Amino acid sequence: MSAPPSFRPVRQNLILRVVAKSLFPFILLFALYVQFHGDYGPGGGFQAGVIFSAGWILYGLVFGLANLQRALPPRWVEIGTASGLLLYGGVGLVSLFRHGNFLAYQVLDHHSTVHGLHRGIFWIELGVGITVASVMVGIFYAFAGRGQQR
Amino acid sequence: MTFPVEFVLFAFLILTALTVARVRNLFAAAMLLGIFSLVSASMMLLMDAVDVSFTEAAVGAGVSTVLILGALSLTDSSEKASTPHRFSGKLVVLGTGALLIFGTLDMPYYGDPSAPIHHHVAPEYITGSRVDVELQNIVTSVLASYRGFDTFGEVAVVFTAAVGAMLLLGGARRREGAADSAARSDKPAGGA
Repeated sequence: MSAPPSFRPVRQNLILRVVAKSLFPFILLFALYVQFHGDYGPGGGFQAGVIFSAGWILYGLVFGLANLQRALPPRWVEIGTASGLLLYGGVGLVSLFRHGNFLAYQVLDHHSTVHGLHRGIFWIELGVGITVASVMVGIFYAFAGRGQQR
Repeated sequence: MTFPVEFVLFAFLILTALTVARVRNLFAAAMLLGIFSLVSASMMLLMDAVDVSFTEAAVGAGVSTVLILGALSLTDSSEKASTPHRFSGKLVVLGTGALLIFGTLDMPYYGDPSAPIHHHVAPEYITGSRVDVELQNIVTSVLASYRGFDTFGEVAVVFTAAVGAMLLLGGARRREGAADSAARSDKPAGGA
C-alpha cells in the first residue's frame, strides 16, 4: 500500500513541485483578498486565515518541513497566535479609552460612526485572520515535527 | 421545487460516510474524509452560505486531511482487525439515529420563510447591516459588529485550543531541544 507521508521534500515529482510553487503565491494573494474584501464579498478573518495557512502547509508538504520552518520560523507562528487575539482585544481597549463601551467601534473615528465601525471591523478581522492562520500552521508544526523526531 | 443536485450530493455524502466506515486502509479513509468535506462544502455553497463553504473546503478538505495524514505517518497504514460487531452497539446506534430523525420532524421545512429563525433578530440585522453598518456582507457585520463579543470569545477559544495542542504535541521537543528556533529548523534536514 502507499506509504504515509513523512513531510520531507518531494524530490521525484517535478510536476507536483512546479504546480505547487506556481500556485503558492496565488493562494496567499487570494487569502489576502478574502481578508480585506470580506466586508463587501464573502469571507473574513476566519476564512482568510485558513486559506493563508493552507497555502503555507501546501508549501511544507511539497518542499519539506525544514524549508517551511526556515521561511516561517516556529517562534513567529507562536507570536502570531497570541498577537492576533491581542489585536482583537486591543481594539476593544482603544474603544474603552475613547469613552465608548468595550468593542464599540463607533468611537474609533471622530467624524463618522460608520467609518469607526468599518475601522473596528477591519482591525478585528485582521486579528482573527492572524490568529487563525498561525494556529493552523502551529498545529501542523506540532504534528509534523513529531513525525520527524522518530 | 428543490433542485435535484442536492439529492445527488446527499447520496454522495451518505455513500462516502458508509465507505469510510467500511474501508480498512486508513490512507484511503483519510482521503475519503477529505471528499466528504468537499461534498459538504458544495452543499453549503448551494445554500448560499459561501463563507461557511470556504471554511469547510479549506479546513475540512485541506488542513484536517493533512493533519490526519500526519497522524497516520506515526501509525500503521491499515486498521487492525476489529472485534465482531455486538448487537447492543447496533441497537444504540440505530436508536440514536431514529431519535435524531424523529427530532427533525418538528423542524420547519427547508427554505420556509415563516420559520421562527427568520423572525427573531434576523430582520433587524438585515436592515441594520445596510442602514447602520453600511456593509454589503451581512455575515461580516453580524460576526464582527453585532456579535463582536461572541467572535472575541471564539478567537480566544481557538487560541486556547491551539496552545493546548501545541503543548501536548510539541512540548517534548521544546524541553529536550532547549535551543532557539534556528537550531531547531536545521535539525530535521539531516535526521528523520
